[in-house]
Order: sequence, then structure tokens, then C-alpha cells
Amino acid sequence: MTGRVLLGAALLVLLAFLARPGSFAPLFDPFTCNNAAAIYTQTPLWSLTLSHLALVGIAVLASTVVALVLAVLVTRPSGREFLPLARTITSVGQTFPPVAVLALAVPIMGFGAGPTLVALFLYGLLPVFENTLAGLTGQPRNVAEAARGMGLTPRQRLWQVDLPLALPVILGGMRLTAVISLGTATIGSTVAARTLGEVIIAGLLSANTAFVLQGGMVVGIIAVLIHAGFQGLERRAAARIGLAR
Amino acid sequence: MIEIRALTKIYDGTPAVEDVTLTVEPGQIAALVGTSGSGKTTLLRMINRLVEPTSGQVLIDGRDTREGPAHLLRRRIGYAIQGHGLFPHRTVAQNIGTVPRLLGWPAEKIRDRVDELLTLFQMEPDAFRDRMPFDLSGGQQQRVGVARALAAKPDLLLMDEPFGALDPVIRAKAQADLRDIQRRLGTTLILVTHDMEEAVTLGDRIAVMDKGRLVQYAPPSEILTAPATPFVRDLIGLDQRPFHLLSLTPAFALAAEGHAAGPVLPRDASLRDALAECLWSGRDALPVEGGGVITLAALRAQAAPAARAAE
Amino acid sequence: MSLRLDRPGLLFAAVGLAGLALPLVQFKANRIVPGEGLSLPAALPMGLLMLLGLGAVLLAGCLRWSSALRLAAAAAGLAAVLLALGGAATSLTPPDDTLARVAPATGFWLLLLAFALMLTDALTRLRPALWLRVVLLVVAVTALAALLGSGLLDGVSVMREYAARQDMFLREAQAHLVLAFGSLGLALLVGLPLGVALYQARALRGPVLSVLNILQTIPSLALFGVMIPIFGWIAANVPGAAQAGVAGIGLFPALVALFLYSLLPVVSNTLTGLAGVNPATREAAIGLGLTRVQLLGWVLVPLALPVLLAAVRIVLVQNIGLAVIAGLIGGGGFGTFVFQGLNQTAMDLVLLGALPTIALALVAGIALDLAAEAANRRAPARQGA
Repeated sequence: MTGRVLLGAALLVLLAFLARPGSFAPLFDPFTCNNAAAIYTQTPLWSLTLSHLALVGIAVLASTVVALVLAVLVTRPSGREFLPLARTITSVGQTFPPVAVLALAVPIMGFGAGPTLVALFLYGLLPVFENTLAGLTGQPRNVAEAARGMGLTPRQRLWQVDLPLALPVILGGMRLTAVISLGTATIGSTVAARTLGEVIIAGLLSANTAFVLQGGMVVGIIAVLIHAGFQGLERRAAARIGLAR
Repeated sequence: MIEIRALTKIYDGTPAVEDVTLTVEPGQIAALVGTSGSGKTTLLRMINRLVEPTSGQVLIDGRDTREGPAHLLRRRIGYAIQGHGLFPHRTVAQNIGTVPRLLGWPAEKIRDRVDELLTLFQMEPDAFRDRMPFDLSGGQQQRVGVARALAAKPDLLLMDEPFGALDPVIRAKAQADLRDIQRRLGTTLILVTHDMEEAVTLGDRIAVMDKGRLVQYAPPSEILTAPATPFVRDLIGLDQRPFHLLSLTPAFALAAEGHAAGPVLPRDASLRDALAECLWSGRDALPVEGGGVITLAALRAQAAPAARAAE
Repeated sequence: MSLRLDRPGLLFAAVGLAGLALPLVQFKANRIVPGEGLSLPAALPMGLLMLLGLGAVLLAGCLRWSSALRLAAAAAGLAAVLLALGGAATSLTPPDDTLARVAPATGFWLLLLAFALMLTDALTRLRPALWLRVVLLVVAVTALAALLGSGLLDGVSVMREYAARQDMFLREAQAHLVLAFGSLGLALLVGLPLGVALYQARALRGPVLSVLNILQTIPSLALFGVMIPIFGWIAANVPGAAQAGVAGIGLFPALVALFLYSLLPVVSNTLTGLAGVNPATREAAIGLGLTRVQLLGWVLVPLALPVLLAAVRIVLVQNIGLAVIAGLIGGGGFGTFVFQGLNQTAMDLVLLGALPTIALALVAGIALDLAAEAANRRAPARQGA
């Protein structure tokens, strides 16, 4: 309960800050020196936030769709040959540093939102894929057996049993992907993507801690809210199938 | 009628089921008994083609089960397994309505059928319809599992250790209820169990499996009195034979003219119950509900000659 | 042997053949002019022969052979692709020309990917024993080091950037390792006792874990940034701090930021590991008369070891990657090259930072996976987590 109140308060603070950043200036003043500006005004914060969220949203959505399709494919009889390989690739792929993936996307995509999107998408595939795979292959044996025994076709089993039962785990993968993407997207501004990283980098370049703090704060609050939101959905999905924690 | 003809399943060169032939008459219960690894579950799963046979045939009412796609066959056959296998994300009503929905029944008909089955299994429809499986007791989950298997009014019901996860008290009640419901619906039932007691209680005929082969297929009394091989005899257990045998006959069948004092034995109690009551209360004769008495001497006579014949 | 099609093989062949069709390298007369893509036959004297050879291996991979054969073919393919790159760079660069750059292009990356996938697939199917995988890892690392040391790749743009900055590279590599391993060491030093303490004090678990959780959600860039003024303040106001090397810019802020990120995995895995020990084992140990300390040292920690190693893997791989960001705040490490390269649009410089980082993370991840597997075999008596 207290958790929910705190989250609500965080959301209100975030919205208020994005709507009227100027009124928070006294809070950030102590962190500036040499009469530098306390609030980043180069680009409106709300617009950076929106484009940051759009970037992350598109990437997460795309990686979820592709990862789901891939995970379903490698768990079908015709795709089984790829399953061990896919498992290895996901575990090896997750050791690739997101920043390095981002940097390597630049020569192919050029500067801007493109490489960031590609890096977020590629990196985001792995958690969703891994979790979906775990969800689809980790079904209780007797449920799968009963579904087959009652005459559900493979397609019906996938849609009516396997995917609904894997939902909590899939949501967990999406949560990981979303939180990692939110953080990595800030680094996207080093390759000229319009994200909240712009504020932090401006702070770093001009030694203005106030900028660093407000950029970090906005991304941090969003991350906490998204994390909690997904956890809520996961809990609800898990409770529906009797796995309430 | 179910006819299994020379059915064989070979995994990697090792036969799991070898050349099994047996027939189950309509409305009868056949119990497949054997130790684990005897092939009884594989045999059962070949009937609804969860396992495809290596060779041999299964005929249901004269039609080869290999005609048509497997999933359509399975929708005509009820299937209930150990640990019930209920869909955890579906309500009780949705679970029971699974096969009718697959068969495209209208919603109203499904609803009526669900309520009918819940009532049949002594679960108040209004109280249970919208519950989730995890919200039920073990016994209730098991009943919903059987109700689900019966939902589309199959002529044949396959059960794999359906009571395996239940504790002994609920188990006896569930067995009695199943027997009762099966008689009422006239469903043919093939049941896998490792428990000879369950096979004797439920089966009209018992099929004993050992290392993939059918060793004996006979009514329980014959299995008890004339086991075909030492394996069958061991499976029954020497110390349990007379009791199993007595449990096959209802008390009223042996009731004779006469008078006896003390509490009355219920009409549907078995001879085994009668023997237990005699020993416990120290009486030589018991009155049976509906008239007549049953004597300790008659019980002994019932158990003894059969035991000698079996030696 | 019947000739059956191998689906993964088809995929690898498609990727590899696309790689053969696309330019292998990009040739630039100097850093500024736009590059020209050259395919394998155009880039190398023996290129056509090599193209046919690689193509044949890829096509042969579409059929089912023994996995050992595929492994050998994939390893040979990888070596051939790397040597082709080196050969192309040497033969394309005019002698004594220090301006010309030969950089790997899309074709090279796709070929590398195809053969790496083939190698992974063969390895996955072979399922070699643990010791054999350790040997293979050592062999692979040694072979790569030998190849880099042999001078065969010296003409490639990345290696030229390296040659121009050898001293700086070694310094940054050292900084990167200090950042990754130093923060891991700190996190273990603090996190393990903290985890044990939380295991004993149930009431504190929730609050401490949620603080650490929130710490993880702060974007790395911001956390690094916030450390600068904090350490600047410490250097200025705490007597002796500046003499001890604490400064707002440099290694310290990055090290501490990485340390903070590492705490959650270490603490929560310590907790999971300890709590996951079979209660019966615990009860038995207490019943035998072990003291709390003995229980911890003799029973709980050895049984929790696989989970602890998993935490070390998470932290090390994560920190090797995040340490790149230190390059943005003057903390050193391979990130220095990455961000310098991005600033100057010099992709060779980006690669000089990114490739060693990836290699380091990969080797660390695989090595610790192997270690965790070894530990798992010795402590199998755990409850399913």
C-alpha cells in the first residue's frame, strides 16, 4: 500500500516537473555554479521525454513481437532444430554490452535515432525471447498432456494454453527489456538521438550537476514506474493462473 | 466396443507394448494393472493416439482409430489423468466446457452441460462455476477433471491413475462416485492403475501387464482365484487375496434366513465389510438391511475354496 | 550417410552467401574521402579461389555431416575470413602509405556471423564435456591472440589505429580491467556480508532490496554523472582525500558507480542462494550441533556457491559493458576510444574500443558459465530455485 502511494507521488512529481520545470529551479539551484542555468531549456523536457519514451516504446514493442514469433517458431516441431542454437545465442548475445551494440550500429545506420532504435531492438530481443522460451517449454506436464488428450490442435494449444500460461514470464521479459532500454536510450544521445540523455550529456559537458540530476531523475522515475507497472501486470497474470506470490 | 488387436509400440528397438490384444465390451470398466514400466500407460495412450502404435490396430465400434486426424478422434474420447491437468488459467466452467467448445456446441448448451455435470459430481453449480482451479481442494479438482473428460458425452473414457494424487479417504469416495456415475451414464471406461485394490474395486475385467505384454485379462474373481503367472499372484499379494475376493460380492447376495442381534449391515456393503464387522464386534452373524443374516461361517466358506483352488 | 538437408545450415549458408556477395572491405585513400567497397575477388589476389572455397563450405553445411566435421569447417572458415581481411588490407594498401585505410565492411561481418553461428551450432550439438569446453575456450583465446600478434592483420584499419595509440590502448585496457574487476571486488566485499546479514535479519530484506532495486533503475549515464560532483566535493573538503588520489574526474567516480550497480545482483543472489538450501540439510546440520558460523561456512555457503557464481557472472559481464560509459566522464577504459571515435565519426576508433570490450565480456561470460557449471556439479543437493 505504501508502495502504491509512493509510486503515485513519484508520478505526480514527474508530471509536475515536466509541465512546469521552471518552478523546480530553486531545488536544482544549489547544484549549479557560476550562475549557470538550473533547468535545461535547450529543448523542452516534456518533448525530450516523449521522444525518449517513443523510442523505447517502439523498440520494446518490436523486439517483443519478433522475439515472441521466434520463440514460438523454435518450439514448434519444424523449428526444433534451431532450439539449442537459439538458447546459446541468447545467452551469449546478452553478454554483448549494450553500449558496444549501439556504437557498432552507427557505421551501418549513421547518426540519429536509427542506430539507437536498432541497438535497443536487438538488445531487447534477448530477455523476451529467453523468457518466452522458458514459459513455453516450462509448462506443467499434465496440463500439456490433458490439452493434447482432449483433442486441441497444436495451434489451439499454443493460443489457448501455452501462451496464456506463459504470459507472466513473457511480461517479466518485457519488463527487463523496457528497463534496460530506458537506460541505454540515454546513451543514444551520444549518437544524436533525441532522448533525455541530451540533458545529462549537456550537464557533463558544462559541468552542471543540476542538468545531470534532472535528466537522471526523470529517467529514473520513469524506469521505476514502468518496472512497477509491469510487475503489477505480472502479478495479476500470475494470480489468474494460481501462481500468486 | 473397443477392440485392441496385436498392438505394439517400439521405442528405439525396445518394445514398450508388445502384441497386446483385448476387447472391452460397451459399458464395462477395464482396469489396466502393472508395475511402473509395464507399458500400461503407453497402451492407454495408443487408444487416443497420444502415442502412435508401431503396429496393430485399435477399433472403436468397428472403426479403425487411424481414420481421420488424431485430434478429432481425441475429442470423441474422454481423457482424465493423474493430477487432473486442469487449465490453471480457465474457470471451472471453462475447463469443463473445453471439448464441447472445440466441437462448436452453442454457448447455452455448453452452460447447461456444465451445470448438469457439476450437479452430477455434487458440486453446487452457482458456487463452483466461476472458481479457478487453484481455488479448489484436491478432491474437487479431481472431480472437475473427470467432469471435463465427460463433458462431450463420450462413449469411451480413458483414465490414467485418476486418483493417484488423492489421499486414501477421498480416494475411496471418488472411486465409489466414479463407479456410480459410470453405471448411470453407461460409458465404457479404460483405467490405468498400479493399485490392485483399485482395479478389483472398479474393474469389470482386469488386464495385467508385465514388461509390455498382456499376462492375463479376466474378471477380478478369476484373477484372484486363478492367477495366470507367479507375477500376477505377486501383484495381488498373498496376504490380501481373501479380502480382495470378499470385497467383490455385496453382502445381500450371501444373506440367508435367520436372526441376528446388533446393528444392521447396509445393503450395499461388501462381504469384506461384513467380515470386518464380525471380527470387530465379535459376532458370528450380522443382520443385513432388507432382511436376512450373514454368518461368519458363510464368509469363510466364500473365501476358502477359492483360495485352495488357486494353489 | 544419407544426405539430408540441415535447416540451421541453410540459414548459415544464406547469411554467409550474402556476405560473399557484399563488399568484404572498404578502402579509403585517407580518413576523409568516402570509401569504396570491394568484394573478395577484387580485394585479394587469390580472392576468387577463396570465395569459391568459402562458398563450397557454406553450401556443404546445408547437408547433415557429423558435428565434429562441421566444427572443424566452421573454425577453418572463421580463420579464413580473418586472414582474408588481413590479406586484403596488406595487398590494397600501397607501401609506405600511412593515410590509406582498409576497414572491414558488411560482407566481412556477415561472413564472420555465419561461421560463428555455424561454430556455435556445432558446439551446441556436440555437447562437449566440461573440461573440453575449458580447453576449447583457452585454445580460442590463444589462437586469437596469436593471430593478432602475428602481424597478419596489421594492415586492417582497427589495427592501424591500435598501432598509432599502443601506449594509450594498454593504459585504457588496464583502466577498463580495474573498473570492471575492482567494482566486482568491492561489491563482493560489501555485498556478501550484507546478503548474509539480510538472510539472518528477515525484516530488513524488503527495504534494503528495494533501495538497491531503485539504484539499478537510475540510468548509468546519470549515476556516473552524479558521482563527479560528489567526489569533487570529497576531494575538496575531506582532508587527505585528494592526496589519496580521490578526484571528481577520473577512475573513482566510475568505480563507485559500477560498485553501486553491482550490489543488487550480489546481495539478492547471496540471499537466494542461502535461502535455497534444502531446509532438511539445514535442519540436519543444526541437529548435528553445528554453530551458526559453522553452519554458514560448512554448509550454506558451499551449497549456495553456484548461485553466487551466477551473481559474479552477471556483475562482471554487466560492468565490463557499463565501464564503457566511464569514457564519457573521463574515467578511462575502452569507452574513451568509443566516444572519441563517435565524436570524430572515426568508426575505426569506435571499433578499437568496442571490439575488445565485446571480446572481454564474451570470454568473461563463457568462463564464468563454465565455472558455475563446475560448481553446480559439486553442490547438486539444492532445492529448485
